[in-house]
Amino acid sequence: MNIDVMIAALPKLLEGAWLSLQLLFISGFFGLMIAVPLSIARSSPRLAVKALPYAYIFFFRGTPLLVQLFLVYYGLSQFAFVRESPILWPVLKEPYWCAIITFSLHTGGYIAEILRGAIQAVPVGEVEAARALGMRRSTTLARIVLPRAARIALPAYGNELILMLKGSALASTVTLLDLTGMARTIIARNYMPVETFLMAGVIYMTITFVLVRGLRFIEHRTSAHMRGRPTGPDTAPPESIA
Amino acid sequence: MTGLRSTTLALAVAAATALSAGAAWAQDTLRIGTEGAYPPFNMVDENGNLHGFDIDIANALCAQMERECTFVIQDWDGIIPGLLAGKYDAVIASMSVTEERKQAVDFTDKYWTNKLQFIAPKSVDLDLTPEGMAGTSVGAQRATISAQWVEENMPDVDVKLYDTQENAYLDLGTGRIDAVIADKLVNYEWLESDAGADFEFKGEPVYENDLIAIALRKGNEDLLADFNAALTAIRENGTYAEINAKYFPFDIY
Repeated sequence: MNIDVMIAALPKLLEGAWLSLQLLFISGFFGLMIAVPLSIARSSPRLAVKALPYAYIFFFRGTPLLVQLFLVYYGLSQFAFVRESPILWPVLKEPYWCAIITFSLHTGGYIAEILRGAIQAVPVGEVEAARALGMRRSTTLARIVLPRAARIALPAYGNELILMLKGSALASTVTLLDLTGMARTIIARNYMPVETFLMAGVIYMTITFVLVRGLRFIEHRTSAHMRGRPTGPDTAPPESIA
Repeated sequence: MTGLRSTTLALAVAAATALSAGAAWAQDTLRIGTEGAYPPFNMVDENGNLHGFDIDIANALCAQMERECTFVIQDWDGIIPGLLAGKYDAVIASMSVTEERKQAVDFTDKYWTNKLQFIAPKSVDLDLTPEGMAGTSVGAQRATISAQWVEENMPDVDVKLYDTQENAYLDLGTGRIDAVIADKLVNYEWLESDAGADFEFKGEPVYENDLIAIALRKGNEDLLADFNAALTAIRENGTYAEINAKYFPFDIY
């Protein structure tokens, strides 16, 4: 094990990690934007409404992310109308945006399915209570169902975020120098794959660790009502019982 | 030399010694690593069979050495690590001899000579100076001397690194990148194809004396000598010229 090699690779790897983080958070944001309407439509009892989101989720969960990325990056550019379009080509020409688009669509499918489950897990009684109070369907959705579903979905969403961080390594196949791409480029020069990939792995783990802690913090903050009252000296049972 | 790598080396040497001591060495199958995505030197056809100049040369060398050979397909940027890890015994994949690679592996004598040259659309004039190319995007395959050459000699170029040479051509074809730098003969093959019809060589080769050789793990002196003897033999008996003529109308040695 050569520690010097690992330290020498660090600045470039951190540069790559920054790109990985951009890919993760930008596509995580757009993915969520796609997923919310999709999951609402998917939870509908009406076939006409839920058919399209069902097909979308089925496609993006049913094909490998690498295939989707190649379809967007190498596939779309094969069409002359895409290359000649003054709107599409400036975006699709850039590997960065191809990766963001693919990752957003992909993670959007997964998040939609997570949210669908969460929406259906909202207790019926709470929805009925809202309706009984005279809330309209849209108000019920905005004030009761979605906030409750968001809390229920949070742990699974965090899991998806971590999966997406690792999925973003595929960006290296379309010339992007993300953390994995940077590691592979460094190895092309130093022929030290063990040291370099190990260092990259440590950086991935550090990012995952911070994500996990951050998500746990949010989960903790949003579940105060489920932890019961704090037990201080005032509320402790009288000692005479023992 | 790091601790881990010297251990690997020691294991490899120990394994080699054990094999030769058992007198099984001569009959043992020789495993050859190649990429299979580098036409016309090594590529895979529709049926999954390897073919190309490297493969023909490898087969000719094996026949000359009277050794049985099998091929192992390995992605390019892992091809030296794979050799060092003992997944195969020799790399015959049009690998250039470089000082950096010599630190990691041993090379045989050359079996062809490569030149690096730019290609770009016929409709575009390229000024092949570091200043003239500044700001353009140039595609190259990751972990090749083409990539290294452009990074070192044209620092203001936006270098795009591809996993395979074929993907770099795809992006040149769509106009995503301005030019590709690669082995002249590989470029030649692509320019001859339908996809390359609107493209041409630009300027003179930027690098002339790029020797292509077979890579072996360090310390395999016997195998190295066998390969060199076989190379000399196929050069002399006309087998090399026959294979050369199959792919190129000119001598590439």
